[in-house]
Amino acid sequence: MSKKHVKVSIYRYNPEVDKKPYYKDYTVELDPLDTKLLNVLMKIKDLHDDSVSFRRSCREGVCGSDAININGRNGLACLTDISSLGRNIILRPIPGLPVIRDLIVDMTQFFNQYHSIKPYVIDDRPQPERERIQSQEDRAQLDGTIECILCACCSTACPSFWWNPDKFLGPAALLQAYRFIADTRDQATNERLDELNDPYRLFRCHTIMNCADVCPKHLNPTRAIGKIKEIMVARAV
Amino acid sequence: MVKRNLTGAGYGLGSWLQQRITAVIMLFSAIVFFIFIAYIATQVNSGISSWQALFQNIFVKFFVQIFFIALVLHAWVGIRDLWMDYINCAGLRLIFYVFTILWLLGSLMYSIKILWI
Repeated sequence: MSKKHVKVSIYRYNPEVDKKPYYKDYTVELDPLDTKLLNVLMKIKDLHDDSVSFRRSCREGVCGSDAININGRNGLACLTDISSLGRNIILRPIPGLPVIRDLIVDMTQFFNQYHSIKPYVIDDRPQPERERIQSQEDRAQLDGTIECILCACCSTACPSFWWNPDKFLGPAALLQAYRFIADTRDQATNERLDELNDPYRLFRCHTIMNCADVCPKHLNPTRAIGKIKEIMVARAV
Repeated sequence: MVKRNLTGAGYGLGSWLQQRITAVIMLFSAIVFFIFIAYIATQVNSGISSWQALFQNIFVKFFVQIFFIALVLHAWVGIRDLWMDYINCAGLRLIFYVFTILWLLGSLMYSIKILWI
């Protein structure tokens, strides 16, 4: 029985050698165990071309390091079924961030925005003897936010983040901003809302919803952004 | 050179609310205006004279003026969003802001002239 093959075109760019990026094609023979795109990428690196560069770690959608643009759509290579992609696969780095090499991008801008929302509970009251207690209802407010793995699939699919990556927080950071606004243990809600009441940081979101469309964890940053706006309106009117 | 992240301009929510409230006003005004037009169309003598008579009515003038004010306020936020998204140079953006304000104010004054003068 003849084995299945896929043609994989990979964006290649090594700034130390190449003047400009180019695509290189690899024809890969699929084994029955090659179920995910990451299997195919590993096979290309092992058997075809060990210079192909990409990030990967946990290979099960937890670390978020293998976010790439797959046939024009952001996703995690380890969660993407190879059977869903057809015979011709085009792989590019996630858009909007500087390319370090091949499919590896510089995430500094993305994490700068994440750090700027102060992603930790702020509570200057005296430390309790044990942990700060939270009711189950209050904890349920955080569902749909804490599952984010910061893979950057959403932010780099957002046109507003492409145009203003230094000023617009992007959906991933805004989802986390909402996570700490919604956290009843946090005592800095007003300061957080003050920092977000800015025409760029929050209000560059035009509800395009690419973020919710591509999130590999099926989260909805647009809804979280809407909830931040609701809280702001409730505070202002 | 370190590029500092400056935040907290403090008017994002106001503009966002302004755009949504003016959108609702425009929708409401448009529905009322279409009812007026439908009323004229059903009249036997629905020519230019009935159209002129419609605009002599103070309530029609009022509704159309409210519509234009809402339109200008709505367009200001929308067009400013365009400049914010696509023009990175702050000086150039400010020039575009000024021309947009002049154009919208001119349009508003022209609507006042048409309706009331």
